[in-house]
Amino acid sequence: MSPTRSEERVLEIVRGARARQARFRDAHITTSHGAGGKASQSLIEGLLLPALRNDALAPLGDAAALLVNGSALALTTDSYVVRPIRFPGGSIGELAVNGTVNDLAVSGARPLAITLSLVLEEGLATAELRAEIDAVARAARAAGVQVVAGDTKVVERGHADRMYACTTGLGLIDPRAKLSPSGLQPGDRILLSGPVGDHGMAVMLARDEFELEAEILSDTRSLWPAADALLEAAGADLHCMRDATRGGAASALNELARASDVTALVREADVPVAPAVAAAAELLGIDPMYVANEGKLLAFVAPASAAAALRALRETPGCEQAAEIGEVLGEPPGMVLVDTAFGGRRVMDLLAGDPLPRIC
Amino acid sequence: MRFVEEFRDPELGRALAAEILSLVEPGRSYKLMEVCGGHTHSIYRYGIDGLLPEAVELVHGPGCPVCVLPMGRVDDGIAIAHEPNVIFTCFGDMMRVPGSHGSLLDAKAQGADVRMVYSPLDALAIARRKPDREVVFFAIGFETTAPSTALTLKRAKAEGVANFSCMSNHVTIVPPLRALLDSPALEIDGFIGPGHVSTVVGARPFQFIPADYGRPLVISGFEPLDVLQSIQMLLLQLTTGRCEVENQYGRVVPWEGNPRALEAIAEVFELRAHFEWRGLGFISQSALKLSDAYAELDAERRYGIPGVRVADPKACQCGEVLKGVIKPWECRVFGTACTPERPIGTCMVSPEGACAAYYTYGRYARGAEATA
Repeated sequence: MSPTRSEERVLEIVRGARARQARFRDAHITTSHGAGGKASQSLIEGLLLPALRNDALAPLGDAAALLVNGSALALTTDSYVVRPIRFPGGSIGELAVNGTVNDLAVSGARPLAITLSLVLEEGLATAELRAEIDAVARAARAAGVQVVAGDTKVVERGHADRMYACTTGLGLIDPRAKLSPSGLQPGDRILLSGPVGDHGMAVMLARDEFELEAEILSDTRSLWPAADALLEAAGADLHCMRDATRGGAASALNELARASDVTALVREADVPVAPAVAAAAELLGIDPMYVANEGKLLAFVAPASAAAALRALRETPGCEQAAEIGEVLGEPPGMVLVDTAFGGRRVMDLLAGDPLPRIC
Repeated sequence: MRFVEEFRDPELGRALAAEILSLVEPGRSYKLMEVCGGHTHSIYRYGIDGLLPEAVELVHGPGCPVCVLPMGRVDDGIAIAHEPNVIFTCFGDMMRVPGSHGSLLDAKAQGADVRMVYSPLDALAIARRKPDREVVFFAIGFETTAPSTALTLKRAKAEGVANFSCMSNHVTIVPPLRALLDSPALEIDGFIGPGHVSTVVGARPFQFIPADYGRPLVISGFEPLDVLQSIQMLLLQLTTGRCEVENQYGRVVPWEGNPRALEAIAEVFELRAHFEWRGLGFISQSALKLSDAYAELDAERRYGIPGVRVADPKACQCGEVLKGVIKPWECRVFGTACTPERPIGTCMVSPEGACAAYYTYGRYARGAEATA
């Protein structure tokens, strides 16, 4: 069935409406604004960016690129508010290091140093805090960065959920890196560094809200070794990298397809998903492509270097299950399409807010 | 995942698609309505309509309980959520449904204690844990979810959990189908029958459709092969001139339904004289309220709800979409004023809603080969 003329026109109008910069019209902040989907996008593009716009911020990359006395530096910052603070496979301390290191890594920057700000709730057990600081130290050592500055604040009981952590990361942009969120080109192959959905599902199950038990561990880890291997294997043929955190791989693909004005076509059957994650997602009615990761990146590589890049990725510890999951097309711009494992094709859009489980 | 992957086999899918194509009579077209929102979701999620011949058109029916809920009921729920000391619980996809002044998610942002639960039993568990709070469960759904609400209420009554109550928005499947079939605009050749509802009510309640209205119905499962096989069975009936209720979902749906579940519904609920359906208007005897025996657990009697009827927004054409008269994209506000992040009509809220499913999954699904 080919779309009728008027259906095409409607889609054209919708496309125009989507391409326009989001306006922020909500009267209150809701949890949707923090979910990494369309509500987050409208908050960033409609409220924050207009007030703060500058050349370094405007590309909305994972890290800002700054040229300082001839040195190309990357600067990024992130806050960590996970509940519970410890979950299978990791904890807030590791996330706070790896999340910020990874924003530098996918920007092609070797992490140099990070800062750590802590907001602690009155009554937090010292043992818990000590465990998290140890986790920070371990993760920093593993990632090869030092914590060079910090701050602590304590708020009254009930004014924070045990502890929040903010880290800022400084990195040196690798001379091999020619990366940009708008750098996707038709023909590029889409690589994914491993199975999706582990972190988000591990945290969801750790909340004990579903009475589901499964051996699912968070994938939190530094992505610099993976980024380094890709830069070495593909050089300037590596057009873009992004870590698929909040909102999952689907949201990252949507942001980049929109920034580059291209289509990302995903072959669903080629996307690695751990069986336990697939089963839990099936039960909850959630697509693993929208579930958060803390140690997975997407890479967009020109076809000539794609095979070498995938090989290099698979030789990196923790990325053994890396896969080529699709390719970049020219049309329709700003969209992510999926060839389903069943043989159909559909759109994979940004979610409005958090993935809400279906009722029946 | 065993017992799931088997029903998603692409080889078998292609074979069924070829059979469907061979059943299409030249020059004839087939409009089939999937009654249930779960089918709408499957059809888009797996790209099933892309495998169908041009002559077979799927029309998305009214079987999404979130989509048919009128705005006034959402407002009533929000009013209860704002009552002091109330913990208001509901299913996840209810949270974003717009009332006339925002959604439950907005109410939560303004300080109401609104919590998502997976089952009414979870709401009852909260009530037990928090005896000093009032826990209200906002119940929605067809006969599929009504039994679990009924069993929860029976348990609450037996245990004497006085701080628990339920606002029932449960609806029944047959009256809206009859209303649709009576509508002069409808051009539907056959129905893909609701699988989950049928696990409770069985196949018998649908026999009036072939008997009185001359349209076949096949009760269908939700995996892609289930849906394709049901379409094949409908086409087979249409080409051979048969017209009856068939059950494709025999592995789950008994012909007689689930008598114990039906008993529980009958004990706890009674039919409302009439209930408003979004886009379809008032339909008599189409919804369930708590029976007098359960009056003390009825949130509508416990709290003075405004009960104000709110007219559907003028621009919204959910009704025509639900009746299958227009396609989602033919609605005046589709994709511009009405989007999943800012829905005007409820068809845009739940991923099972016809408009949200088309917006989220369907655009570019068909004819995409041309651009690939």
